[in-house]
Amino acid sequence: MVRVLERLGHTVEFPAGQTCCGQMHWNTGYQAEAMPLLSRFVEQFREAEAVVVPSSSCVAMMRDHYPKMAVSLKDEKLIADVEALLPKVFEFSEFLTKRLGLEDVGAYYPHRVTYHASCHGLRNLGLGDGPMRLLRAVRGIDLVELQGLEQCCGFGGTFAVKNADVSGAMLADKMAAVLNTKAEACTACDNSCLMHIQGALHRQKTGVRTVHLAEILAGDEGVAQ
Amino acid sequence: MSGVALDPKTAPPFPMAAKTALGDTQLRKNVRHATDVIQAKRARVVGEMPDWQELREAGKQIRQHTMENLDFYLEEFEANCTRAGGVVHWARDAEEARRIVVALVKASGSDEVIKIKSMTTEEIQLNSALEAAGIHPFETDLAELIIQLGEDRPSHIVVPALHKNRHEIREIFRREMNLPELGDQPQDLADAARVFLREKFLRVKTGVSGANFLIAETGGLCIVESEGNGRMCLTLPETLITVAGIDKVIPRFQDLEVLLQLLPRSATGERMNPYNSVWTGVNAADGPRVFHVVLMDNARTEILADEEARQTLNCIRCAACQNACPVYRQTGGHAYGSVYAGPIGAILTPQLQEMHHAQSLPYASSLCGACYEVCPVKINIPEVLIHLRNKVVQQNTAGVAGFFDVEAGAMKAMAMIFRSERRFRAAQRLGRVAESPLVRKDGWIGWLPGMLGGWTQVRDLQEMPKETFRDWWEKRGRNGN
Repeated sequence: MVRVLERLGHTVEFPAGQTCCGQMHWNTGYQAEAMPLLSRFVEQFREAEAVVVPSSSCVAMMRDHYPKMAVSLKDEKLIADVEALLPKVFEFSEFLTKRLGLEDVGAYYPHRVTYHASCHGLRNLGLGDGPMRLLRAVRGIDLVELQGLEQCCGFGGTFAVKNADVSGAMLADKMAAVLNTKAEACTACDNSCLMHIQGALHRQKTGVRTVHLAEILAGDEGVAQ
Repeated sequence: MSGVALDPKTAPPFPMAAKTALGDTQLRKNVRHATDVIQAKRARVVGEMPDWQELREAGKQIRQHTMENLDFYLEEFEANCTRAGGVVHWARDAEEARRIVVALVKASGSDEVIKIKSMTTEEIQLNSALEAAGIHPFETDLAELIIQLGEDRPSHIVVPALHKNRHEIREIFRREMNLPELGDQPQDLADAARVFLREKFLRVKTGVSGANFLIAETGGLCIVESEGNGRMCLTLPETLITVAGIDKVIPRFQDLEVLLQLLPRSATGERMNPYNSVWTGVNAADGPRVFHVVLMDNARTEILADEEARQTLNCIRCAACQNACPVYRQTGGHAYGSVYAGPIGAILTPQLQEMHHAQSLPYASSLCGACYEVCPVKINIPEVLIHLRNKVVQQNTAGVAGFFDVEAGAMKAMAMIFRSERRFRAAQRLGRVAESPLVRKDGWIGWLPGMLGGWTQVRDLQEMPKETFRDWWEKRGRNGN
């Protein structure tokens, strides 16, 4: 992601104090534990011109829940800070397509690839076909559409361990769809889905890799294998 | 005659029940096929509505407004229904509702009732109560008839026998209707049911129904259905007893304009239902001479009092969320241990139990949001799920037992790590040390202990990277210089 943004001429900063957006705690029911991470996020990123996040579910966490969290803390300053900061927060593909209005970022990636639309990116952020448009503009890519693109892979954070059997059954469907495409790699805008899909692709020795969208867009003739 | 009821008080936790369901390949095949068919039909008729999103918003506004003024509209309904010749009864809970209905059936002088499909009467296990009182209930909705004859349980709000295919249904009818030659074509099955039911319609003097909507403005009630068997139950008996949750009220007759566009399209993928019945009180010239409505609370006011979960009551029982849910589509409905399965069941059931039972249900979702996307009245089910998870965590971590809760301990420890950069860096280093005994030579983990073992059932996990992003970033310097 750093490589793509710098290639496009942007200056990238990485606030060292950043940790986690609190999604795992919030979605599992540990609201009290997620609360301090909100003000931490605001402190770390308040100076940024744009905050670019390589994970759609983290952005969904911020957009869907941060305003309400700030209100529940009854902290006027925090409410105002969140309101000011959130419009500057973008998921990576969203930053490219919506904020910068780009589709072709000068990438080269000569591989057969299929794209999985992560649920939070698709439904909470409304990414639509943005990531696909970015992928179509990649030179050398052989892009194959995934059947059941909008179906959840079964990760769901702690869902994958709390309901391991159902999660596994959902993952099996996703795997079958990925293998049907005969792609070398499956990509997405969310590393958590990719970690989940990759876990099964590796267990079953399929030889299919998972790569984050940013890794594909970072590819150029010099670095892409 | 009815099978073992679905009772959230005694049902196994969802992950356990789901495991059993996942082992039933025929069931999974049936559920997958049926939900695929309904979803495709729904998508087609929703797609032809240019104002679908506006309709959803209107539906949401109607339901939200009703819930905010529920006391007012209920009393308005009571007054208008009474004026039209109906008798309104109030039931605090399932027990009281069952007692009232049994007494009313007895007073009608009948020891049999014909029933139109009603999830509310399933919720309160009315059939068992009727049977215990020596009253025989006949389910007349085709799907409910299949469930009743098969001593089975409903697995879907709109299509209760969705988990059965026609070959299985033929076997039930052959056995229970004594028709050894019966074929398995849809027409054969419908013919058999028609002959079986027609005699009941003409003989039984008392009917029991649910309701889709109670119209406050007129005191009327509305039921939509596909077969006409409901219409028979509503018009042929001398006494009609309707059981409805207090959440079923709507303010005006005109609100049906919105709701009757949303409901059939979302539920069965039809533009309108083949049978739309609206009746108001009694009429000397036609229909039942005696009409009772039992308005049942059964924990609904507790849900209403919870501001964040209140939207649960906006549900119009279309089951679109069930058809769209990737969890429901894997397990079917029985795994939820309640007549309300799928995403809506995952939020409704534990709340109907006042969070004393079914605490595993709010976790029976990957929060993928497919339910919210299709909900015709825009209930944000993922949001309510998270809210209920918080309630479960608060229960589990209260008192001394909470101190020893492994998950809570891990969550609190991680929250502490995330609150400090120093601790976060240390945790990244320690993580590599801690995982090292589990990492195979190829750099992957194939087995994890305890709770995390769920992950490695069917998945590997890559070891943590030797160089974190943070390390790389600090080594290279800003802008790679």
